[in-house]
Amino acid sequence: MTAMQTPSSSQFDGGRANTEMPPSRVVTVKQAINETLAEEMRRDPTIIILGCDVGIRGNPFGVTKGLYEEFGAGRVLDTPISEAAIVGSALGAAATGLRPIAEILFSDWITIGMDQLVNQIAKIRYMFGGKINVPLVIRAPVGAGGGQAAQHSQSFESWFSHVPGLQVVMPSTPYDVKGLLRTAIRSDDPVLFFEHKRGYEIKGAAPDREYVIPFGKADVVRAGGDVTVVAVSIMRHKALAVAEELGAAGIGCEVIDPLTIYPFDYDTVVASIAKTHRLVVVHESNRRSGIGGEIVSQVVERAFDQLVAPPKIVAGLDVPMPYNRGLEALVIPNEVRIKEAVLKVMGQ
Amino acid sequence: MARRITQSENCEAVEVFQRDILQPLSAPADMSADEQREIYRRMRLIREFDSAVKGLWKQNFIYGLAHSYVCAEAIAVGACAALEPTDYITSTHRGHGHTIAKGGDLRKMMAELMGKAAGYCGGKGGSMHIAAVDMGMLGATGIVGSAMPIAVGAGLTAKTLGRPFVTVCFHGDGATNQGVWHESINLAAVWDLPVIFLCENNQWAISLPYDQAAKNPSVSDRAIGYGIPGVTVDGFNPFAVYGAVRTAVGRARAGNGPTLIEARFYRYIGHFVADDERYRDPTCSALWEQFDPLVRMSKYLVEADLVTPAWIDSADEAARAAVADAIEFAKSEPEPAPETLYDGLYSPEFMREQRIP
Repeated sequence: MTAMQTPSSSQFDGGRANTEMPPSRVVTVKQAINETLAEEMRRDPTIIILGCDVGIRGNPFGVTKGLYEEFGAGRVLDTPISEAAIVGSALGAAATGLRPIAEILFSDWITIGMDQLVNQIAKIRYMFGGKINVPLVIRAPVGAGGGQAAQHSQSFESWFSHVPGLQVVMPSTPYDVKGLLRTAIRSDDPVLFFEHKRGYEIKGAAPDREYVIPFGKADVVRAGGDVTVVAVSIMRHKALAVAEELGAAGIGCEVIDPLTIYPFDYDTVVASIAKTHRLVVVHESNRRSGIGGEIVSQVVERAFDQLVAPPKIVAGLDVPMPYNRGLEALVIPNEVRIKEAVLKVMGQ
Repeated sequence: MARRITQSENCEAVEVFQRDILQPLSAPADMSADEQREIYRRMRLIREFDSAVKGLWKQNFIYGLAHSYVCAEAIAVGACAALEPTDYITSTHRGHGHTIAKGGDLRKMMAELMGKAAGYCGGKGGSMHIAAVDMGMLGATGIVGSAMPIAVGAGLTAKTLGRPFVTVCFHGDGATNQGVWHESINLAAVWDLPVIFLCENNQWAISLPYDQAAKNPSVSDRAIGYGIPGVTVDGFNPFAVYGAVRTAVGRARAGNGPTLIEARFYRYIGHFVADDERYRDPTCSALWEQFDPLVRMSKYLVEADLVTPAWIDSADEAARAAVADAIEFAKSEPEPAPETLYDGLYSPEFMREQRIP
């Protein structure tokens, strides 16, 4: 595994945060996660972190750097490479009085802990008649774009949003990461917190005070009157770039970052479509049975009569992520494809 | 190491058990007569409860699947006798016995099996997900081996918060060949967590005998690989189980980490209520019934002059009456209302969009 390179990420900013919340500092997503983990661990001694390489190494991306030194080996636990035991012991710990934050080194490997996640964590409260709380967070990096090929590049948000019992959170700005991670940690219910590997170095303003962002509330990143563009995770930044370009050409894109995949804020999307009458959905995970299909189906059910053009989904292509740089670039949605989709729904 | 058993082909395993595993019943010196009698009462409650389940299932009072704890009574009761009320247990798909042994309420249990609102899980779990969280029983699970890391997590809570509780992780021999079994014991061992892994080796994973599932017939031998103590005891013998668990609990509470205990016995009943047992020779199963833990325990109590035969009869009658009462209660209780469908979900505030059809 090599260090991630994020050549294009520094151009992104944090969207609304730089205008709304003074006094603020500019931090990276990585710093935002790290600071929030530390602040919450200082506040609540029942919070622990466990996972591979989270301790002395500070996680391969540096996300947990310094936490081991501050909180010690009793609260920042380096585990063996045992995903089922990491996920399952986080459940047992959460059910008996801790608030664990488990980390899976690459979200692809959640598959190894899938029984614990899908059959146990998601269901244990319901099948035991509501008598057990499971306040746990599973953090995992998702996404492609570093030549890490088929087993280190996936995003599974649609799988998990399909399972009743799991909350799926996918922010990509420092401001959103701070507010949503704090909500996740304080939630009494299990949360999957997906961080894009290409998003760790994204910079943005984040206020110096404690704040939370509620789940199920989308962010209208940019207002526009012609096309609603729902963009998940770092696709938000690509959609914004396209929106700026097309704005200059007289096409108004309203860019919405759902922030949480479940719960999903359809009200905000439908309200936007009542204004724009057109929809484009952008996500990096592959198209087939992806979250884009669910978003379109919900919009069709709720606002079919508002649409003046068939919705478009811009998504990853339906192949395992290839290693080669050129092939990889074909799979991941880019500004060109987003722009084409917007023009298509505009009838151009 | 015990000799290789071949229970699928012949009845030789009975002789192996008799020679290598069987331990005579003998209570520890510090266990009172009352405590010994209570062990019998609990075992008999489990026997009567699970004996009633099959008939109730056939009559359609119990829906879905149900797995009986009959012939394993000595394990749950022996183990839980070594625990404090504040200790935790995790369970298997065969969870009725664990629930009763940990002090579960028969009425709430039977109501759950009948899917009633008054059941432990409000009718959401049934037999396979029976749970009595308030008693420290962290719930039954329908997936073999899945409770292993949950027990490890409970141990992690005890260690992190400095609480004195231990967790007994009941699991079957089938679980020992799941990957998560290894991951969990290894993690508990390397972190010295207060967990007791108690393998109920009934020698059958549904239709697969253990000698076709693992080359080494001894589960406890595997403890060596994790650097923790491992012991095999007579699983038809509550005192043998109690003694091993008590030692393991002492070790765990002292901060010295987990123990792997194998309670070896034999499932001479079907895997579940509708098992036709076509995969094995019924003459072998019949031979194993000589070790029936209830028969052995009652004989022991009488021979040790701790009870009279009449006491046994009245204890048995009391158990039957308690189960009959639980059945009557469960039958008379209402079904859960449709409005309870979404109760117990995480984050119910996000479910407002969904309506009961």
